[in-house]
Amino acid sequence: MVSSKSLILPLLAVLAACSTTTESKTPKTASAGESRSKPATYSRDPFPSTYKVYPGVPTAITGATIFDGEGGRIENGTIVLADGVVRAVGGADTPIPDGATRIDGRGKWVTPGVIDIHSHLGDYPSPSVEAHQDGNEVTGPVRPEVWAEHSVWPQDPGFTRALTNGGVTSLQILPGSANLFGGRSVTLKNVPGRTMQQMKFPGAPYGLKMACGENPKRVYGSRNQMPASRMANVAMMRQTWARAQEYKRRWDKYEKDGGEMPARDLAMETLRGVLDGEILVHNHCYRADEMANIIDMSKEFGYKVSTFHHAVEAYKIADLLKQNGICAALWADWWGFKMEAYDGINENIPFVHNAGACTIVHSDDPNGIQRLNQEAAKALAFGRKAGIQIPDEVAWTWLSINPARAMGIADKTGSLKPGKMADVVLWNGHPFSVYTRPAEVWIDGALMYDAADPARRPVTDFELGQPGEGDVK
Amino acid sequence: MTNLKRSALLLALGLAAGPALAQTIAITGGTVALGDGSEPIQGGTVIVRDGRIVAAGRDVAIPPGAQQVDAAGRWVTPGIVAGFSRVGLVEVDAVAATNDTSAGNSPFSAAIDVAPAINPRAAAVAVSRAGGVTRAVVAPETARSIFAGQGAIIDLGADMEPITRARAFQYVELGEAGADEAGGSRASAHVLFRNALREARDLGRTGISGGGATRREARANDQRDLPLEEVPENRLLGPGAQRSDDVLLTRFDAAALVPVLQGRQMLLVHAERASDILQVLALKREFPNLRLVLIGATEGWTVAERIRASGIPVIANALNDLPASFEQLAATQSNVARMRSAGVDVSLGLINNEESRQVRLSTQYAGNLVALQKVPGAAGLSWGEALRMITSGPAEALGLGGELGSLKAGRRADVVIWDGDPLENGSAPVMVMIDGVQQPLQTHQTRLRDRYRTATEGALPKAYER
Repeated sequence: MVSSKSLILPLLAVLAACSTTTESKTPKTASAGESRSKPATYSRDPFPSTYKVYPGVPTAITGATIFDGEGGRIENGTIVLADGVVRAVGGADTPIPDGATRIDGRGKWVTPGVIDIHSHLGDYPSPSVEAHQDGNEVTGPVRPEVWAEHSVWPQDPGFTRALTNGGVTSLQILPGSANLFGGRSVTLKNVPGRTMQQMKFPGAPYGLKMACGENPKRVYGSRNQMPASRMANVAMMRQTWARAQEYKRRWDKYEKDGGEMPARDLAMETLRGVLDGEILVHNHCYRADEMANIIDMSKEFGYKVSTFHHAVEAYKIADLLKQNGICAALWADWWGFKMEAYDGINENIPFVHNAGACTIVHSDDPNGIQRLNQEAAKALAFGRKAGIQIPDEVAWTWLSINPARAMGIADKTGSLKPGKMADVVLWNGHPFSVYTRPAEVWIDGALMYDAADPARRPVTDFELGQPGEGDVK
Repeated sequence: MTNLKRSALLLALGLAAGPALAQTIAITGGTVALGDGSEPIQGGTVIVRDGRIVAAGRDVAIPPGAQQVDAAGRWVTPGIVAGFSRVGLVEVDAVAATNDTSAGNSPFSAAIDVAPAINPRAAAVAVSRAGGVTRAVVAPETARSIFAGQGAIIDLGADMEPITRARAFQYVELGEAGADEAGGSRASAHVLFRNALREARDLGRTGISGGGATRREARANDQRDLPLEEVPENRLLGPGAQRSDDVLLTRFDAAALVPVLQGRQMLLVHAERASDILQVLALKREFPNLRLVLIGATEGWTVAERIRASGIPVIANALNDLPASFEQLAATQSNVARMRSAGVDVSLGLINNEESRQVRLSTQYAGNLVALQKVPGAAGLSWGEALRMITSGPAEALGLGGELGSLKAGRRADVVIWDGDPLENGSAPVMVMIDGVQQPLQTHQTRLRDRYRTATEGALPKAYER
């Protein structure tokens, strides 16, 4: 050890000397010659959002039943939207600014826009042809370097259906589950854009999609490649996290002390973001036992799982989820399509909620995203039949504030609190009824859908001039 | 269908005594929907005797001695009929050994008969039954041929006799899927279809027989107008049947198409694109005996008048509204109601949409079509019409409307009592009757629910909680 050190030190001295010579043209500050200056580093946001708030008018909805998205409920309520944000929410005596457009909400309901934490719209768009299969980079089980946003086709007609039928105002696009590390997610506002950046939710943190269970082992096992088993899933994830820790150490040191910039590794950069707490982990995982394994692994490597997605067996470990502050993003009644979904029950969502854990209704489906309100309604009803009484307005947290928290955007949207983005749905009946559809949807206070106004109904480029163009879908 | 067996089974399960056979049951006080398209009747009565509906409606006298079931505050409907499904053919989709929907390595296609593969104890049967589904149209799936084989009508009762009608229909793909199975083009699929029916015709002429009948007897059999219940099983060729060397179908497959060609077995054809639909309608001109049902028809609304004129019934998905493929560019949730208002005989199924496990969602899908009544520019259904499309509608389309799907006198007593509006989110059956026999509503899922009401463990591990 001693001898090797003595060899290295002169080398460093030579390197330092060289760099001094090459940079001699630039004027130096007092500290420039030392490595304490802030070293050059990489951009955390190389594909920035260019989303702009579309024009809106001050609007007041009166007489409606309001679910505020955080569990609150106001009968005969008034909500005022102006300048893209929620200005006021309250009872019938809430002041309405002069000149505001008034909407009679009697017999209707107002909720925050639905947020889907798990969508592949744009990455697996309609039409679902081979050329559009952009959601899984199935060339290797560890692909944290890919970013779902680079696959998003903004023209996917699915976005418009999610808006008009589902009242979806924000959604997280995840890469698929073929990989242990599937890449980065992107959060979008559900506004049509010519580019992905125009849809990108300003300031939303990135997510990392991970997957445990059958998908990675099936995809790679069938190629006689690791991982072919659940134990290999965990082994590869742990080995990768160990590499990420080392990468993080190198970069932390460089960013603190300067010196030679380490080589960039885009895969490791994503994982470093997770270890730094900047990127949220969204872990596809069905079985209770596997979720427990993942939780232990996350502790071993010092990161936190934001949300287990598809957690069909979450009800078996609801206490663990609660204890570890992990959300469960769930379907109401999907079951049985594969072995790890065999123990699906209709009461999963209310049982997890009842245990005090953060509960989310998600779709993972271009049809399901149009009916997330109905999915919540079914789960709620099954919970009540099983003796768990959850008020309607509390169940709405599954569709708004909980996913917003799990996606790191709860300070901006997910509930109808003054100052938050005016992402709002006016429903033409009780939003948990099968007979109800959105009447109007605002995003950042701009009216983006109005059932009564064909001009407020988006038609994608793909559908233009095709059979059924502009039809009510 | 042995009701006796059913009663015995229920006793064996130790259930609360369900309505016994030969006993008259009167379900009273509920909101009764007949399933024939009419609107529900408040405070209606349904009378069941010997596994059949005796009467249903508002002013129905309760026979003396009838066992009364109080349905006040509840809804009473016929059992849900899944108009298209693969229920009973699959335990876990992704576990190949449990999935009998298709046979990619089989030499057979049209000859395949799903009946022996139906497992009445499949988890999906119990889960669907608990969701109010009492009958299902069960189709095989294609693999390596445009012909999938012969589907069945089943009941979802808790016994070992699931088959209501075996070999009720032949199923064929003539859209994108058919093109794929036919080697890559729709044009090829149509050649294959015509070739197959001609091979069947040749067999019909040279004679086929079952159980050693002579050629003459076989011909007589073929000419007889057999009721559908008696569609013979796949038949071996009779002696002397000569086939050219130039054939594409196995003998079994060709033989299986004879009753299709003769109109003694229904032919369910899957097509989504408007142009494909018109090609299906044209088959009827070429093969006049075909008894067609159109499956899918996502773009049906664009050619609804021509479908109506053909008289061919349609079984469609309720909610297709995405251009999920290029054969579904005109997809809209208004499709079903637009076809209906054009006079098409349309009802609902789950076509390539979780059809093996989630037929219980039929009610939610139907409810969504009612919701469209309130959406400007959309076409929706009345409540009664929506229920019809998941009860008597598919039964009629499959030629079984006289037996199944409604609460009309004489129909089989498949009756569901619900705790609320059956099309509404979260309503659930509180009683399900098939052929007049009360059914268990427990499933693997309800047992898990009861074990895991809370995740915390007691004095012993969860595995000891039963």
